[in-house]
Amino acid sequence: MTDSNETDREHYEAVVVGCGPGGAAAAVRLADHGIETLVLERGTDAGSKNVSGGLIYAEDSAPYTIDDLFDGFREEASERPVTDYYIHNMAGNKVKSYDLTDLHEDDTDWCDAVLRRPMDSWLAERVHEKTSETGGGVLTNVRVNGLLRERGRIVGVTCDELDPIEADIVVAADGVNSELAREAGLMDWEDPNEWFQGVKAVVEMEPDVIDDRFDIDEDEGVAHLFSGDLFEDVRGGGFLYTNEDSLSIGTVFHLDSLVEEQAEPHELLDALLTHPLLARWLGDEYDEREYSAKLVPDSKKVAHREPYRDRLVLVGDAAGQMQAQGPIIKGMNHAVTAGALAADAFAVTRGNADPAAAGRRYTQMLEDSGTMDKLRPRRYDLARTVGERDRVTDAVERVLDSRVGSLAIGNPIADRLLQRAYNSPFLVSMLPDTRTGYVTLPSIIGEEHGRTLHWESSVEPPSLDERIGDLTYNTDIGNPHIEVRDTSFEASGAAVYACPVSAEDFGGGCYRSEEVKRNGTAATVVSLDTQPCVECGTCAVVADTEWEHPRGGKGVEFREG
Amino acid sequence: MRSVVLTKGVPDFSDGAVSFDEDGHLERGKTPTVMNPNDAFALEAALQTRVRHGGHVSGMSMGPPGYAQVLEEAMEAVYTDDSYLLSDRELAASDTWATAITLSAGIETYQEEIGDVDLLFAGFKTADGETGQTGPQTAWALDWPIVTHVIALDIDPDERLLRAKRLVEGDVDEIETVEAPLPCMVVTDPEFEPTYRKASHRLTHKRLREETQNRAAAHDRHLTTWDHEDLNLDPDYIGLDGSPTIVSSVDPIPKAPSEREATMVDPGDSEGMNELLGEFQPYAAATNGADGPNAAEGGD
Repeated sequence: MTDSNETDREHYEAVVVGCGPGGAAAAVRLADHGIETLVLERGTDAGSKNVSGGLIYAEDSAPYTIDDLFDGFREEASERPVTDYYIHNMAGNKVKSYDLTDLHEDDTDWCDAVLRRPMDSWLAERVHEKTSETGGGVLTNVRVNGLLRERGRIVGVTCDELDPIEADIVVAADGVNSELAREAGLMDWEDPNEWFQGVKAVVEMEPDVIDDRFDIDEDEGVAHLFSGDLFEDVRGGGFLYTNEDSLSIGTVFHLDSLVEEQAEPHELLDALLTHPLLARWLGDEYDEREYSAKLVPDSKKVAHREPYRDRLVLVGDAAGQMQAQGPIIKGMNHAVTAGALAADAFAVTRGNADPAAAGRRYTQMLEDSGTMDKLRPRRYDLARTVGERDRVTDAVERVLDSRVGSLAIGNPIADRLLQRAYNSPFLVSMLPDTRTGYVTLPSIIGEEHGRTLHWESSVEPPSLDERIGDLTYNTDIGNPHIEVRDTSFEASGAAVYACPVSAEDFGGGCYRSEEVKRNGTAATVVSLDTQPCVECGTCAVVADTEWEHPRGGKGVEFREG
Repeated sequence: MRSVVLTKGVPDFSDGAVSFDEDGHLERGKTPTVMNPNDAFALEAALQTRVRHGGHVSGMSMGPPGYAQVLEEAMEAVYTDDSYLLSDRELAASDTWATAITLSAGIETYQEEIGDVDLLFAGFKTADGETGQTGPQTAWALDWPIVTHVIALDIDPDERLLRAKRLVEGDVDEIETVEAPLPCMVVTDPEFEPTYRKASHRLTHKRLREETQNRAAAHDRHLTTWDHEDLNLDPDYIGLDGSPTIVSSVDPIPKAPSEREATMVDPGDSEGMNELLGEFQPYAAATNGADGPNAAEGGD
């Protein structure tokens, strides 16, 4: 029996969709302003749907950092601080490492490694405490599935689990695959060129073993980045971060490059895990706690310059606010800034008759605070037109590949210059997204300057089947959240390899290809089983699908994140 | 809105917990007591009513002092405000009739000492007795209307009416909607599912959960125990003396023979299959509700 007074619609001053760092920051700032705030989170716990590399930065120049908004964040919710930062250029068994600490420390107040499940669920407790005082609170297991409209205007949200709710402001902090941003027509899933895909393994390691193997104290941590030919020609790189009692090891690749090279993300991750460079850190006992994956927007290309419509504002990944500053990826810090600014924008425009007043003010604040220029530098738009044009790329590649090019980069002066170039925030923000920056250059550096590693790796990563088997799922039986619209291999076949939980000739994943005979002619079609889905959104971009998140509390549940 | 939920402790029949002796008799001492599984639905219904309309929910049970643990479980699970245990040696060995008399006296005492009850909830059958009689007899003793097999409900506080959907004849496909004036007794069906479609209701639910954690940890302070004198019950009307039912004997269910002979029949072997069907025929007729094995003899 439904509740009484069905016609009485619930109303909250603010509804925040998603309780990651962006949503959490928005919600506590709204509560600071005394605004009645309801936070709706689709996970069974905040963080159970969220994955990061992940490092969270506090930038000196940012108007808000996470520890400004959440007292005790670093002590209670984050892992180790990053006190050393390196990049390793690899060519086969030869490796040349540069210290990137200068780039890392540029504009950085502090930077900690985090695991999203413990971090976000800690944030959510604080958010619930504060928003409860305003008459709202945090609800988990609720999936917002669309925008509530009246006479064409956005006035609230609709949910799977709740009756429609009206709000004066809707903050969409619902992540990289934001259904609200897409329904509002602000974001899409069209071009693989605009996305990265990250996959990660969280590896068990005792704190004192971490201290010993990485030569750090218990209150120190390291970040290592990896690039070069270990990923063959796929554009991207790898990372390793130290947590309190685990390591986060992962890879991030341009989605279009994964598709072009028909690469299997889990195999690229394994290539990193089993590389001799990592052998001395990983030792003989390899115990993987969790395999996860995430789509990463490239803010240089997709950060929305006006992320609002009517009463809806987008923050964080939902608005494409993920900055790839060369090899360093910054997302959570910008989400925090954006969330807090959106809240402030609503507070100062409260009572304004124009429903889009808050959105317009928020856009202005993103500009004025310099946040938008970090996310989407106008100079990149200029550099990109030349840098990424194929003919120019080809020419540069040919020079670099030639003896002359190798010699030029291989001389000792170049070595010093290269380290300095890597550490220049200005230069790395303009690195065009071609294989030059990701593969050719690092390989030549590794080849010309590198030392040969005489280590053998004994690491045997789990199979994809085992990785899926170790994940926790609450399957919504009979209610798949993704449907393939066009099952032809041409339209959707890329998902078979690009999906991080699918692989060719593997029957236990999401996507597989099958030979079928229709009217006497054989055709290859793609079939889908959403049970192993990690909700990364890759297939929404590379295949022809009808893509939604699972209902509240359903689907994968990350324990580490 | 004030509700009381009746709950009972039963032996934990789950695998690994339950203990039987050599003759197949339940070893009560070795089997832990848990809340009757069907009572969970009654408690959920009471909680839903409280979340939607506010008020107070009490848990009530009749049984040995150890049943306090079941009431504590109810507090943890569905945030009851307090607990009432009707416990007395004189109450031992009550049948459903004597239990209903005792429970109705418990409700009357509660109304005198605590406050008027609007809704009395109970689960559908207990896992040990399986009679399904105690609830209806309690409503009869109180002279209250009773709605059974409830799968959904709501209250109209202004009209002081219960509106409920109930299964007819236990058939999920046939549902009737009924109204009853308060006070009223509700027996929930195991198909009952609480629904919270309003954010404010879910927030209330969450707040109650947070408030209950401390309360349940100090359950003793929220527990009231009443004996037969508190309940104003003559020992002749309760316990074994007040129970008109006489259990003359209990036949243990015979154990299945540990080794059974199996004959393999190939589905292609029509003679063997005919023999097999012939073996089945008497049982098929019996479950069809025919007159017994012999009635099948003329069949083909």
